[in-house]
Amino acid sequence: MRRLLLPLLTIALLLIGNWLFNGYLNAYYLQILVYIGINIILSTSLNLINGYTGQFNLGHAGFMAVGAYASAAFSVYAHPSLQHWLAFIPSTALDPALFLLSLAIGAFAAVLAGLAIGLPTLRLRGDYLAIATLGFGEIVLVIINNMDSVGGARGFSDIPGYSNFFWVFLFAALTVYVVGRMTRSSKGLAFMAIRDDEIAALSLGISNTRVKVTAFVIGAAFAGLGGGLYAHYLNYLHVNSFGFLKSVDFVVMVVLGGMGNLWGVVAATALLTMLPELLRGFAEWRMILYSLLIIVTMLLRSRGVSVKQWFFKARAAS
Amino acid sequence: MLTIQNLHVHYGAIHALKGVNLHVKNGEIVALIGSNGAGKTTLVRTISGLIRPSEGRVEYETPGTSVDLAREPTHRIVAHGVAQVPEGRMIFANLSVKENLELGAYSRSDRKNFSSDMAEVFRLFPRLKERLGQNAGTLSGGEQQMLAIGRALMSRPSLLLLDEPSLGIAPALVQQIFKTLVEINRAGTTIFLIEQDAYLALETADRAYVLETGEITMEGKATDLLKDPKVRQAYLGEMAT
Repeated sequence: MRRLLLPLLTIALLLIGNWLFNGYLNAYYLQILVYIGINIILSTSLNLINGYTGQFNLGHAGFMAVGAYASAAFSVYAHPSLQHWLAFIPSTALDPALFLLSLAIGAFAAVLAGLAIGLPTLRLRGDYLAIATLGFGEIVLVIINNMDSVGGARGFSDIPGYSNFFWVFLFAALTVYVVGRMTRSSKGLAFMAIRDDEIAALSLGISNTRVKVTAFVIGAAFAGLGGGLYAHYLNYLHVNSFGFLKSVDFVVMVVLGGMGNLWGVVAATALLTMLPELLRGFAEWRMILYSLLIIVTMLLRSRGVSVKQWFFKARAAS
Repeated sequence: MLTIQNLHVHYGAIHALKGVNLHVKNGEIVALIGSNGAGKTTLVRTISGLIRPSEGRVEYETPGTSVDLAREPTHRIVAHGVAQVPEGRMIFANLSVKENLELGAYSRSDRKNFSSDMAEVFRLFPRLKERLGQNAGTLSGGEQQMLAIGRALMSRPSLLLLDEPSLGIAPALVQQIFKTLVEINRAGTTIFLIEQDAYLALETADRAYVLETGEITMEGKATDLLKDPKVRQAYLGEMAT
């Protein structure tokens, strides 16, 4: 019973939040909030790959794009006929189920992409892996750009808008939970062992390739999931949203939050998603200020914004 | 227990090991001494599968089984009962002492004796228990070496490979660590010790080999080698007469 308490409480709070925000919150703020949730999924899953396992992935937006387009294509092409056949089920139950199916397909497609790119490239180290994953991200975009069935360069429109605050934050919570649990388990220590010293990890009987591919595939799965949520929130997809700079954004969130620091990355993600919006008042100075703030943070807190440290400092002071 | 036959290792064009033959019997402490660049670390890394030989066999026998380690995947070798304490300790600096020890037991499928094994490590190295929650990177060199040995013991090895355990450690701690190695050996673990400090190694070991530029040039009982004039001159700093 106690094990169920926390998940149930989370779901209840999210449902209340969903009802409250959808009814009373300005649509602009709600959208920022939802983006924070989606970005948390992306940055936390990248944290597993870059932060905990120490493998430099520069193509996370590529996995997001694979998940977004795969789930959106399923929703657009398969949902109408499924809804037709399953018309006896009330749509309040059917639609969420179909949405979850679409998300699962998006995550699965990203897993396949993760395996396809991970198995050959994870033998590379550091900069080389970064370049290989960067190339992967670009290839994905070029392919999508030339696929007419998903809109190609025109963009993919008329995606059903199933996503909302509830789903996004439910999966954000799930991502943080899964990554947190995985890295705290004794088998999960292998991720950090590989980051610290690959040879020592090997000498302890850790199969480096298997552990790296595991981190990569799970990270890709959540990225695909985040992409699916994004697609069904915005109702429209375009390759420009998944460019190289998007991947860099996620890397910045992980680095600023502290590599391998679970809550630090969540906090940094929230901060970095809000910051460009908060700086809108500065008009053309906005992106300069944004970049300056990142530089200053890196200089002052090169090991990331540690939430725990803040908390304990605040407690010690009071 | 361990029989190495005609082992050749190349790094590109460099011929690092030129037909090494040696054996380690069950229950022994065998030392391999030699100067820098003789190929000591290459040899230990070949045994633990980190480097592949170009020729030769690394036969490892336990009651009932016999495998050629040179043809096993690296991560399977620990499961066979061969644990390595790598040169320069290679502990996981950002993980706690406890987590480092847990990782030592990674290859074991049974968690049954986990806590009693950890208690055994603490009995051998009480210092580690005091530092349990501390980041391993904050330990002193000697303590890190203790941790590296403790970590290797967590896999319950039959054969323990040690690569330069005295490297960069305060002399008082070195004495203590080597005493503990003898204790570990008495408890039933065979030890293959690679060491540059020839005197220390020969004092500790039962038998020893001398490795020079990729070839074994001498072998015998450690006490005999300790008296050998050539060894004394080359490795124990005695002046030629």
